[in-house]
Amino acid sequence: MKLLTGNDLKTGFVTWWTGSDWSLHIEDAADVGEHGEAILAAEEGARRVNAPYIINGEQTADGPRPAHIKDRIRALGPTVRPDLTLKPADPAAGDWVI
Amino acid sequence: MYKYDEYDHAMVDARVAEFSDQVRRRLAGEITEDQFKPLRLMNGLYLQLHAYMLRVAVPYGTLDSRQMRMLAHIARKYDRDYGHFTTRQNIQYNWIKLEDAPAILEDLASVEMHAIQTSGNCIRNISSDQWAGAAADEITDPRPWAELLRQWSSFHPEFSYLPRKFKIAVIAANEDRAAMRLHDIGIQIVEKDGQHGAAFYVGGGMGRTPMIAPLIKDFVPLDDMLSYAEACLRVYNRYGRRDNIYKARIKILIHELGADEYRRQVEEEFKHVKSLGIDPPKAEFDRIAAQFAPPPLDASAPDEIDRSDPDFAVWVDQNVAKHKVSGHAIVNISLKPVGGIPGDASSAQIDLMADLAEKYSHDELRVTHAQNIVLPHVRKADLYAVWQALDAAGLATPNLDLISDIIACPGLDYCSLANARSIPVAQKIAQRFADPARQRDLGELKLKISGCINACGHHHAGHIGILGVDRKGTENYQLSLGGSGAEDVSLGTITGPGFDEDGVVDAIERVTDKYLAERNEGERFVDTFRRVGMAPFKEAIYG
Ligand code: HEM
Ligand code: SF4
Repeated sequence: MKLLTGNDLKTGFVTWWTGSDWSLHIEDAADVGEHGEAILAAEEGARRVNAPYIINGEQTADGPRPAHIKDRIRALGPTVRPDLTLKPADPAAGDWVI
Repeated sequence: MYKYDEYDHAMVDARVAEFSDQVRRRLAGEITEDQFKPLRLMNGLYLQLHAYMLRVAVPYGTLDSRQMRMLAHIARKYDRDYGHFTTRQNIQYNWIKLEDAPAILEDLASVEMHAIQTSGNCIRNISSDQWAGAAADEITDPRPWAELLRQWSSFHPEFSYLPRKFKIAVIAANEDRAAMRLHDIGIQIVEKDGQHGAAFYVGGGMGRTPMIAPLIKDFVPLDDMLSYAEACLRVYNRYGRRDNIYKARIKILIHELGADEYRRQVEEEFKHVKSLGIDPPKAEFDRIAAQFAPPPLDASAPDEIDRSDPDFAVWVDQNVAKHKVSGHAIVNISLKPVGGIPGDASSAQIDLMADLAEKYSHDELRVTHAQNIVLPHVRKADLYAVWQALDAAGLATPNLDLISDIIACPGLDYCSLANARSIPVAQKIAQRFADPARQRDLGELKLKISGCINACGHHHAGHIGILGVDRKGTENYQLSLGGSGAEDVSLGTITGPGFDEDGVVDAIERVTDKYLAERNEGERFVDTFRRVGMAPFKEAIYG
């Protein structure tokens, strides 16, 4: 699957394209299939997201996950500060990444 | 400490106003990211993995308690309650919101700080010896010269668009605590026939093509220092490779021209530059130097230290260094607790260090290139009180220059250029060697980790260096041995095939075991390595 991600313009936070909007949560990410480039062009114009790009992803039992470690770390947060990740209470959150 | 004059204030205030307007226009959609990116980078604002990252300059690593408290305030109010001290004696914040950036820069300006020239192809923050003004072995305080270079290089119109970034370090002791020869220009203040002058080493650097700077001129009279630096930069600006980012640093130019030809061109340029009147009149230099006058230290203060508390005694032996004035000492605060994140400090810790500086160190602090903090002027009689306060805040790890005093870049946990994570590797190594007695037995051992070839973590200069690489989408670590960023400068040699995260920790243990088996009396790890060479270590690692 193909995912669309970038950073929120105002806050810089990592965001994922949900099919109609942007979300901080990878669970909400939608497969953009062949339409990535077109959505990206339109969204860059809309000034909500910064430096958006298309990545490979995979569907897992827990929802969509980026294929590459860099974007898995973006989706979760720094692995060395679990308290600052999106899943601070989940002891298994680190398994996302590696 | 240097205090801003009206020109400094006007320059910084004007820049804050200008950047605030640029941020407003970006948020309003009046400018695109392509237009905005070079503007934000000129103000130290990057976009990293999780958010914007702001890099704040700490000129030559020196700051006072008011400035340090402001760093804590920014971490608390605008970031997530911590900051990361870097190998370039700066601080980075990892969670900055674009909309907050103008307010942060205003706060910084209120304490004479900024983020200007902490990115981009310009002359970056000037770095120096963190013990400047206190070290027993310095011939003079190098900071007035660093400040002069700061003023000369700030908004220098000709050098704002160099072929590539440019880093300068200034020291004034034979012991090199600033990795001087791994800078684009390393200046060492030296003495000849009773006069002080500047030795210029030009063309050092790390990154993908590490190089040790050759000596370009052994003695430049200090009255000519700025003109000589200007000549060095001009030759680079004219002939540096703008066509290829990987060949754009001055080290490549000097390597291709040869040091002799580069020197010839600099000398020729210097003849012309010297006629331009760039070097300041003596009165102006004296005005700057007066602001670095040593604090009023009482040389009759008691010189003995009560070592009856054994934990305190260990810390004194490891983290406290000799001061030039009797009865005083230099306190090195380790930001490397076992299992912690090298260089990170919480707002509360930053505030505490500011308080201790105000109370015990004539209001002065330093940031070191090894990502630690220094209280430069502490009375020996106050050491115990300082240690107790540090210990209570988790800041008294007695590991300066030991294997767990690791330099590590942010790596893939934060950095968008990274191939692999650096911090977890640092944590695992520190945990493996957590036993303080074992670390002390291993002695001075500088371990440095970078998450990619850009070498922000100085891995080429590590006695043991680790470089994170991407091997088919998984993290892999290359090990190198025998580097040094000190006066015995050298570049490390790669041991062989890389390792995964746990594998590299095991390999390091095999290296240190081999060292213990091979070492002669008094030899540090790097001395043994230089004597016996790579072969025995290679065999120990790979069998
Ligand atoms: C996280 C954001 C960072 C980015 C995007 C970044 C980027 C870079 C790049 C691209 C280079 C290579 C430049 C070249 O070879 O031309 C470099 C070198 C360097 N960086 Fe960073 N860096 C970052 C963080 C840091 C940190 C946290 C430190 C200190 C711990 C640091 C200190 C250095 C040093 C000392 C060098 C070597 C300079 C040389 O090549 O001589 N950087 N950085
Ligand atoms: S060495 Fe690479 S991974 Fe580490 S901070 Fe520098 S650019 Fe990022």
